Amino acid sequence: MNLTLHVWRQAGPSEAGRLVTYDAPDVSPEMSFLEMLDVVNERLIERGQEPIAFDHDCREGICGSCSLVINGVPHGPRRGTATCQLHMRTFSDGDHIWIEPFRARAFPIVRDLIVDRSAFDRIIQTGGFIGVSTGSAPDANAIPIPKAVADRSMDAAACIGCGACVAACPNASAMLFTAAKISHLGLLPQGRPERTKRALAMVQRMDLEHFGGCTNYGECHTACPKEIPLETIALLNRDYLKASLVSRD
Amino acid sequence: MELNANIPSGPIEKAWETHRFEMKLVSPANKRRYTIIVVGSGLAGASAAATLGELGYNVLCFTYHDSPRRAHSIAAQGGINAAKNYQNDGDSVYRLFYDTVKGGDFRSREANVHRLAEISLNIIDQCVAQGVPFAREYGGLLDNRSFGGAQVSRTFYARGQTGQQLLLGAYQALERQIAAGSVQMFTRSEMLDVVVVDGQARGIVTRDLVTGEVHSYAADAVVLGTGGYSNVFYLSTNAKACNVTAIWRAYKRGAAMANPCFTQIHPTCIPVAGDYQSKLTLMSESLRNDGRVWVPKAKDETRRARDIPEAERDYFLERKYPSFGNLAPRDIASRSAKEVCDEGRGVGDTGQGVYLDFADAIGRLGEDTIRERYGNLFEIYERITDENPYQVPMRIYPAPHYTMGGLWVDYNLMSTIPGLHVIGEANFSDHGANRLGASALMQGLADGYFVLPYTIGHYLATAKPGPVDTSHAAFGEVEQEIAHRTRRLLEIRGKRTVDSIHQELGRIMWNHCGMSRTAAGLSQALERIPALRDEFWQNVTVPGGNEQLNQSLEKAGRLADFLEFAELMCRDALDRSESCGGHFREEHQTSDGEALRDDEHYAHVSVWEYRGPEAAPVLHSEPLTFDHVALAQRSYK
Amino acid sequence: MKWLLRFYRSSVGKKILMAVTGLVWVVFVIEHMAGNLLALKSPEAINRYAAFLKTSDEVLWTFRIGLFVALVVHVDSMVKLTALNWTSRPARYAKVSYQAASPAARTMRWGGVFLLLWLVYHILHFTTGHLHPDFSHTDVFNNVSVAFQSGGKVASYAAAMVALAFHLYHGVWSMFQTAGANHPHVEKPRRWLATAIAILIPVGFLTVPFAIFFGIIG
Repeated sequence: MNLTLHVWRQAGPSEAGRLVTYDAPDVSPEMSFLEMLDVVNERLIERGQEPIAFDHDCREGICGSCSLVINGVPHGPRRGTATCQLHMRTFSDGDHIWIEPFRARAFPIVRDLIVDRSAFDRIIQTGGFIGVSTGSAPDANAIPIPKAVADRSMDAAACIGCGACVAACPNASAMLFTAAKISHLGLLPQGRPERTKRALAMVQRMDLEHFGGCTNYGECHTACPKEIPLETIALLNRDYLKASLVSRD
Repeated sequence: MELNANIPSGPIEKAWETHRFEMKLVSPANKRRYTIIVVGSGLAGASAAATLGELGYNVLCFTYHDSPRRAHSIAAQGGINAAKNYQNDGDSVYRLFYDTVKGGDFRSREANVHRLAEISLNIIDQCVAQGVPFAREYGGLLDNRSFGGAQVSRTFYARGQTGQQLLLGAYQALERQIAAGSVQMFTRSEMLDVVVVDGQARGIVTRDLVTGEVHSYAADAVVLGTGGYSNVFYLSTNAKACNVTAIWRAYKRGAAMANPCFTQIHPTCIPVAGDYQSKLTLMSESLRNDGRVWVPKAKDETRRARDIPEAERDYFLERKYPSFGNLAPRDIASRSAKEVCDEGRGVGDTGQGVYLDFADAIGRLGEDTIRERYGNLFEIYERITDENPYQVPMRIYPAPHYTMGGLWVDYNLMSTIPGLHVIGEANFSDHGANRLGASALMQGLADGYFVLPYTIGHYLATAKPGPVDTSHAAFGEVEQEIAHRTRRLLEIRGKRTVDSIHQELGRIMWNHCGMSRTAAGLSQALERIPALRDEFWQNVTVPGGNEQLNQSLEKAGRLADFLEFAELMCRDALDRSESCGGHFREEHQTSDGEALRDDEHYAHVSVWEYRGPEAAPVLHSEPLTFDHVALAQRSYK
Repeated sequence: MKWLLRFYRSSVGKKILMAVTGLVWVVFVIEHMAGNLLALKSPEAINRYAAFLKTSDEVLWTFRIGLFVALVVHVDSMVKLTALNWTSRPARYAKVSYQAASPAARTMRWGGVFLLLWLVYHILHFTTGHLHPDFSHTDVFNNVSVAFQSGGKVASYAAAMVALAFHLYHGVWSMFQTAGANHPHVEKPRRWLATAIAILIPVGFLTVPFAIFFGIIG
């Protein structure tokens, strides 16, 4: 099939960007979206032009490198699917496809479709861990954890840190990302001792990084390739409220 | 070159404990005066950087990703082994040790493997304490499954995302140390060389992938946790950026390379769909517990799978290995699939695939049970191929997946360059000629959390590296070499893209140094690789400049190293005139087509020393002795 | 009080305060709507009720000040969060496609501004009487029945009630989420509750104006 792409090109963080139109002829429906871009890039390189820069790595939907807002939707039209796992059979011959970078003040554009998501790392640094140094752990089976609790924790822990939640949110809020970590750790007995501190610190960092606030649109959950549940955000809110009331700091 | 593996003497059960006691310590007050560079932030790198930071060292950690959490360890699906014997099924440290030595087809060091098996216990404790949400039973205790043909259930798992969860545990520990100020993190920074001063590894030179700036960093010791080199095949299950550069540059600075030809081909991957294919996707090995592998008996079969009657199907694994059947080890299952495809009986448009059929299991257990067991894998398959594996059989084909070879290290994980330590998949250490399922995560974390933090202290306390900073002439020289090479790459402006040459290299390697190898094929590859390398340096095109984010330039630099490394890999494969584990030489097989080891001549580690761009590398060998696990022919009939 | 300041400065804290102050107003509008319905019973009933509310100045002003403070906190949080949200997403997408956000959620902000302006008008209209041609401080029924003879007035109140319906729907649903009630058991009930409140309150409010306009009472 033949497609027309409208791709955001931007030479650097402080340069002006614009949408550039490219033809993508002879696209096989079996290609992944990124393979389609690879083919477009190969043609650009053969013509001596600079290829479209985009982040990608594992191409198995787990590393969280790939991004892209495809036709206004982070990771494209297929629910629960990262861009790298999206295949061209989702599109039809003659389609126009808009490809833009994740947009948020907290995610400055590095080049073309690549953005800087290091704000997420800084949120984790403030409390997204359990403070246990190597060697000090008790036996793994010392603390039983009900299966249902472990499963809920795992649901939240599945977050790949891609930032689609931020890109999808009209407020560019990082609530789903932060809530996923707060839920993953807070639900486990091992994470309880730091629960208060974690909620206060991570929310503060999130605000400092200029992510927006949550207005309960639900766009984040819909865009999330791992479909992290919205109830994690409720848990964050509750933890934060409780922490604000009980913390002696 | 002197190879001293530094294996502690005395009984193997006590070796690590004794060694830990005998190693020198660095006093707490002195630790912060030592700077350690850790390159790579995967399971091995992140766990090492975090632990060294906790101990009080001043750590600099580098990754070419935008965040340490993106490292390819994240893609490991199945699980991690530990000899906890929680299932009371007779597992023990000794059994895990035994299985690993045997599974590695007797080409690994017994002492290393025993230490790995001992440490497996601590790893699970550590990860649970970090909040890794391993699967649990209703009673709240940890669940296990059997994996990769093991006869005990010792694999811990977190759905199909074990690697992800373990990496996030290490990543979070690392971020905690970054916040504490003990680790400084450098993202989007690619290590391009090791700097050796007075015979000791004293730093690295990196390229900032956003600005193109070249930076030098000095340290008292350098640790490489930079992963494997399966991407020498172009198509592999590795992430796109995985490369050989870090260990190859270290090799060229004097670190010996061990067993580069030992690569693992995983049998259950989704087959190639077309020329545009950029990578291959692994489907967990657990599928073989219920799926039956077959191809049509007749060549050039055109009917759809469901229309081929039972009598005209060849369930070749069940036929050849009646006792293990579809659960035969990875190397054997892969090779058998290749054989039937080479006979012209492969399935799918390309003929490079075999069926993995769940019809029997669905008939026996019902679709719901199968969905419960493999639902997420079936979904991945359906997403990629648009075929419903509940109705039509999956098509699978083997793909390069893991590399057992790597930089040679002694028992202390130190390479032949003093101060240069190598951990995880980047070293050659524990897996011998074939890695067992669920052992890679175990080794990466063992090295990073529990081995290196002790041994590197011993190095620092004994070698007492003197003060060196980046103003030393050695750093300037390396920086200039890198600038020169980058300029060369950008100035060629030829006709071929980096990927097209990489694809060609991949085809050569896959055909001649892949699942089965012959002297003739390897010799042919050894002629074609240098020619392709010349083609690269004369005709590649790298658009854009250096002072910018330039993905073509990154890829070109990595491919240039693969083009050199590939030759050493073929040379090693040619030299090893036996079949063992993942290395199958067609000349060496039993009458019924099984791998035939030659313990008399090849029970050793092949260790290659670089002697300059024009000279051939020199082969050394580290003999392997087997005092605990008797050398025997593997049999899975 | 440092903790309270920190709470108020955080995005999550402001959201929680919006939920709490929103709840205050939800309770108030329910009470207000129920009181209005007394007009259907008889003019005396609603006038008696109005007089009852004014029995004690202290109580009356306590409620008024309470509502006012809640409103100030609600609006102040809204203004600050909106400013944050707008600066957090400085560049828009060339192609915009909402996947989940309901019309109620998307009109929350401007609907709220409209309601605020309308509230000022409403107070000047029916509480102080400045915008009422024939206002009496004691005969509430008369004030209402005079006003709603006009189709324009009824229409303007109806428009305000549509805005209120949207605002209440997303507000009530959100309140649970923001207050941390996340158990799957509350998921369906909170949808029902939000829908019920969003329908019943505006319908209740509009009953009296329409009844007057169509001459059913008055």
